[in-house]
Amino acid sequence: MTTTMQWLFVAALAGLPLVMHDQYFFHVLIMMGIFTIGAMSLNLLLGYTGQLSLGHVAFFGIGAYTSALVSLGFDIQITETYTFVLAPKPAWFSLICSVTLAGLCGWFIGKLSFRVRGAYFVIVTISFAEVVRLVALNWVDLTEGPMALNNIPPLATALPGFDSGPLQRKIVNYYIVLGVAVFSFLVIKRIIQSRLGRAMVALRENEALAKSVGIDVTRYLVLAAIASAAIAGAAGGLYAHYVRIVDPDVFLFIYTVTMVIMVVSGGKGTLAGPVVGGVIFGLLPEFLRGHTVPEVQWMIYGALMILIVYFLPQGIVPAVNKWWTAYRSKRDQVVATNVSLGRNPQEQEG
Amino acid sequence: MEQLLQHLVNAIILGSTYALLGIGLTFIFGIMRVVNFAHGELYTFGAYMVYLFSVILGVNFLLAIAIAIVLGVLLGAAIEYTLLRKLRGADVDTTMLVMIGAWIIMQNGEQLIWSGVAKSIPTPFPEEPLSLGLVSVAWSRVFVFVVAIALIILAQTIIQRTRLGKAMRATFQDRDTAALMGININVIYLATFALGSGLASAAGALLGPIFIVMPTMGNLAVLKAFAIVILGGLGNMKGAAIGGFVLALVEEFGAGYVSSGYRDAMGFLLIILVLMVKPTGLFARSERIG
Repeated sequence: MTTTMQWLFVAALAGLPLVMHDQYFFHVLIMMGIFTIGAMSLNLLLGYTGQLSLGHVAFFGIGAYTSALVSLGFDIQITETYTFVLAPKPAWFSLICSVTLAGLCGWFIGKLSFRVRGAYFVIVTISFAEVVRLVALNWVDLTEGPMALNNIPPLATALPGFDSGPLQRKIVNYYIVLGVAVFSFLVIKRIIQSRLGRAMVALRENEALAKSVGIDVTRYLVLAAIASAAIAGAAGGLYAHYVRIVDPDVFLFIYTVTMVIMVVSGGKGTLAGPVVGGVIFGLLPEFLRGHTVPEVQWMIYGALMILIVYFLPQGIVPAVNKWWTAYRSKRDQVVATNVSLGRNPQEQEG
Repeated sequence: MEQLLQHLVNAIILGSTYALLGIGLTFIFGIMRVVNFAHGELYTFGAYMVYLFSVILGVNFLLAIAIAIVLGVLLGAAIEYTLLRKLRGADVDTTMLVMIGAWIIMQNGEQLIWSGVAKSIPTPFPEEPLSLGLVSVAWSRVFVFVVAIALIILAQTIIQRTRLGKAMRATFQDRDTAALMGININVIYLATFALGSGLASAAGALLGPIFIVMPTMGNLAVLKAFAIVILGGLGNMKGAAIGGFVLALVEEFGAGYVSSGYRDAMGFLLIILVLMVKPTGLFARSERIG
């Protein structure tokens, strides 16, 4: 996908409210957008550094809880006599808090878990997510536990003059999510094309070699984890302000799996991959909803995941790219020039 | 003191089933390099099979448990044959994704068949607990402990004393050399996955009647099994057995003396701690199985 196509895609999405006037339609798109942001952030770790983090939902959930708590206000009793009280803050401020805190957690978890690799890394990340979920469930004074945090102020009212009807609110939310998604995409693109991105790919391809040429592996991995966690936190914050209720179920493993499926099906290590996967797996439940019960829907998810691993192990975007470059190279010799310029068409155009 | 002893006894009984779960998982990882996310579903499968045979079909309780274990072995063999055989030589991440897919399919299949309502399985053991001086234990738990220990010893015997076990150990050390020596790797992998699955199914069949049976019971089980395996070092069977008891002890005492709400968090905190201090697991001296 070229830059022009990317902007055309965004323009098409931005123009949708002009032609569609269905609340439910926008609800589906908003949820799709939120999870696509999550998938894009996961792609930084899974696709570019090659580390399968299965605790990604922790950052999403931390973002959601932070945003909810900061905008609702909370108090923590620290000692017998001293209680930390935070008055409710505006929604935009709590969203920034959720990005910051998720980023900090990313740094902390990155520091801890990047000491191990492979299966160990996967299990540490899952453990972390489970611990956070259990804290959210049990720290009832702060998080209300299973009773959930209710009536979280929406972001949409933060913009004056738009708060008229439910459809209007949906559309404002839609633009906010779209804006954050585009911004996240640009940030990730910038990271990938920077020194950090090249270091990440280098250590994915061959960690020992990357180390030997002087790349500080742990440092770059932790940086990637911070960026990834912060963006996931933003997605969580958006979720909290949109759904307006947050309970410990936001930490469920199945959400991590959803994001992983989005990344893997679209194409890990490509910029467009999580977006393509996000669109497919964001819309698929809606298509299936009318025809099946949720259990069958999830079973289809699982089956698709297996089929993708078997038949499209690189994902959809690289497969299409491959087909497209093959088609173009027949027409003219673009690929040859790309190679002579030292460009890898799959990495660059993804 | 009484409370302490009671916790200790509870932990040892729970630990025996944890060990069963952990050994199955570590065994599969050690030989096949597959992180088996469907392990918890085999655990659930075992519990539901006991429910099916013992409660619905009215088969003898002990026979129902035996049937559940055998069916677990068969299901494991079927999963290996259909899903994993084609992925020989694929990296850990790839097989992990496939097993996550299998896990989702199985769990939702269970939900579809059995509905989300929890089931309980009555046991034929006397209500009156066995009294051992200061502590008392329900007979059903004594039964769980005895069968679990017997199964652990059986698994260990298969690996250490039989020809198949020898071939498994050889495959663990070096797959390609083992294949060159005439060991049929496909058979070994099939047997490994079937045996590991059978152990998970056995753990479910034993714990199902003690706790309640529901489709999501496998989720925590698989995560705990990972915790146990990490404690012992991936691929280390003795480590997994000890890890199972360690986790049960930490959980039981954590729940008893710290906070019962965080019972399930203890294991995960333990994993994080272990990996920070000694990433190869507590008991891993060298990589070998048995």
